[in-house]
Amino acid sequence: MPFYEHVYVARQDATPQAVEALTEEIKATLEANGGTLTSQESWGLRTLTYRIKKNRKGHYVLLNIDAPAKAVQEVERLQKINEDILRFMTVKVDAFEEGPSAMMKSRDRDDRRREFGDRDGGGFGGGFGGGDRPRREDRPRREDRAEGAAS
Amino acid sequence: MSGATTNPARRPFFRRRKTDPFTGPQAPKIDYKDVRLLQRFISERGKIVPSRITAVSVKNQRALAKAIKRARFLALLPYVIS
Repeated sequence: MPFYEHVYVARQDATPQAVEALTEEIKATLEANGGTLTSQESWGLRTLTYRIKKNRKGHYVLLNIDAPAKAVQEVERLQKINEDILRFMTVKVDAFEEGPSAMMKSRDRDDRRREFGDRDGGGFGGGFGGGDRPRREDRPRREDRAEGAAS
Repeated sequence: MSGATTNPARRPFFRRRKTDPFTGPQAPKIDYKDVRLLQRFISERGKIVPSRITAVSVKNQRALAKAIKRARFLALLPYVIS
């Protein structure tokens, strides 16, 4: 059976127990259709980067599913109906990741952050003065060209 | 004559060839769940930074773009920062 990673976002007013119940429901649906819920991971209440159905926060849950496509379709159909679920996404993967996902690891990875970018060290898009289009650094700047012509 | 621009050793704007951050032994895996990693490849406005700035290889840039778009859909990353 194929492997799927399934992430869903539940409404912010839902209690953690209610989210737990949703997961149980999904598990039951999968098992009824001949699949299994391999592992689950709760990311807790996270702030959404934009509002979805007037919600600013949501409970994120990641599920690793080993089930036939039919079972996944049924889960998705039920999630579309459920008003407590804001978003869901299923991604087919070749193999499940070992251990906690990047989301859970992100906290302890903070201190050994590698240097990126070229000069200002930090993220990209830092020194572009508000505009989106970065400076073309691969061609001479105007004053350099004037200098070159003079010499 | 523009001797300064043709002589490669004296080019005032010579830049070191940057290498793809996703190749090598310690390279991070491109994953839509790794928000902190993906954040480094979006601009202040929330756009995906072109690979000519970040030196990500063409193949990895495709994977990166897909990961960023997945993260956006799940509201882990913004579509626009205004």
